[in-house]
Amino acid sequence: MRWNAEAIPRFLFALYMGAFFLYLFAPLAVMGAATFNASRFPTVTPWRGTTLEWFAALAKDGAMWQALWTSFVVAFFVVAVALPVGTAAALVLTSLHARARSLLYALMVSPLLTPGVVIGIATLVLWRRVGVGGGVFLIVVAQASFIICYVMLMIAARLQRFDRTQEEAALGLGASKFMVFRRVLLPFLRPALYAAGVLAVLQSIENYNTTLFVRGFDTPLTVYIATKVRTGLTPAVNALALIMIAATVIGAIAYEVARRRQTRRG
Amino acid sequence: MASLVERFGGGLATILIGLVAVWLVAMVLAPNLMMIDYALRPNLPPAAIGGPDDVYSLDNITYLAQESVHRTIFFKTVWASALVALATFVVCYPLAFWLAQNATPNQTAVVLIALTVPFWINEVLRTLAWYILLAFRGPLNALLLSVGIIDEPVRWYGNGGVLAGMIYAYILFMLFPIYNSIESLDKSQLEAARDLGASTLRIHRRIVIPHAKAGIATGCVFTFMLAAGSYVAPALLGAPGSRWFTEIIYNWFFEGGDWNRGAAYALVLLVLCLLVVLLALRIARVNLADVAK
Repeated sequence: MRWNAEAIPRFLFALYMGAFFLYLFAPLAVMGAATFNASRFPTVTPWRGTTLEWFAALAKDGAMWQALWTSFVVAFFVVAVALPVGTAAALVLTSLHARARSLLYALMVSPLLTPGVVIGIATLVLWRRVGVGGGVFLIVVAQASFIICYVMLMIAARLQRFDRTQEEAALGLGASKFMVFRRVLLPFLRPALYAAGVLAVLQSIENYNTTLFVRGFDTPLTVYIATKVRTGLTPAVNALALIMIAATVIGAIAYEVARRRQTRRG
Repeated sequence: MASLVERFGGGLATILIGLVAVWLVAMVLAPNLMMIDYALRPNLPPAAIGGPDDVYSLDNITYLAQESVHRTIFFKTVWASALVALATFVVCYPLAFWLAQNATPNQTAVVLIALTVPFWINEVLRTLAWYILLAFRGPLNALLLSVGIIDEPVRWYGNGGVLAGMIYAYILFMLFPIYNSIESLDKSQLEAARDLGASTLRIHRRIVIPHAKAGIATGCVFTFMLAAGSYVAPALLGAPGSRWFTEIIYNWFFEGGDWNRGAAYALVLLVLCLLVVLLALRIARVNLADVAK
């Protein structure tokens, strides 16, 4: 390369990019590599020999599978609540006039601006007053209260591109209002509903701050992992993390390949 | 309301409004009002609830002001969260600018996907990765010792560990809003400035940052709020000397057994976050509709 005035900033930027991605991936690489170390505590230094025993340990960890199951149950119900309510919220919002809309909008996005621990605490104290303690039910309620916001925003974004004349055409052809909703509007929203559903599942499974306060005696995956750190961490948790990272990378690559194929097709 | 009925018919409109009402009243407003109610009442044995002592007061909140350890931790959480937001901004800004202005579409796609990989696994596992990396006898110390940068292992757990873990956790919340707002900046403005002799620093200070201020404000607000309300990073990566306000709140609920005081502390945290949001929106002259994008 020719030495010119551009070279120094370019070198600095390359250095920054290298540092950034090192920062991003070094922890994951270490966590993944520690899965194969025969050490009781997850680490890569010192290396006590390569082993696959921690995958076997993970498979035998009944409490972990129980926690994973709890997380899935919670995620299922969160989606079941958040999709209809979030869609309803987006529809109500877009049907309102400007002034009422901005007030309602502020109220609807407020859970996103509320710290997760506060959402958990507020839900906990309300339901204690009516005699309901922490557990799967409250986890669902607390998580849904803010995951609905994400669904609402995604559906509202899709609704902005909806052409209302389609509804008028269907009505003009004799469809009932309910039929228009079911046959015209819902199919139009379907891609956004899928995307929102996936996001809701991910948000639910990854949640910790809110869940911690409303969990009662139930232990979803994030709480289980965090507890492990206190009670004795073994690389079995790393095996789980590695599986999740691998699934993510494969999913991301598949998505990118599909996207490129789509753009090429035009 | 009328337009809703007109569009969807009475039955469906009632269901839609009903769902939204249940959400906003029972899941958003009522819990927060109940938390305020708890915060303002004293912690009493069950028999005394509703009795003459059960009156509203600000005692739980003034307790926080008087208790010097908790007060110190509260202010430390505030400025440390601001520091996290600032540091995350510094880390993310160059990449966001490059992605939005210089990268080819395929480069952008690859980098965005690479960025999301750590974020599909959950926050606890992300923090755990740092917990392993920063352990006293862990890989980072081993590496630095073998290279000879340090002579004896460093205790990373504490303020440094919490900072590293939090920046890591909130990169995307900072990067995406800034990226979105810089993307809409017309390249020719940058070229014009450069042709007129502006330095790189000046171009960023006078053109890019003012243009992207909505995105920057959004990223900083979210990062601040997430940091102030974070529990897992301080719990795993902290040390006894680096306690976080959320840990104090947690202790009131599950160890101190005083839910009223815990609720009061949570209320203080909520009010703080709302004030920061409003202040940031005011300074950047952005409205809420832009933030939630």
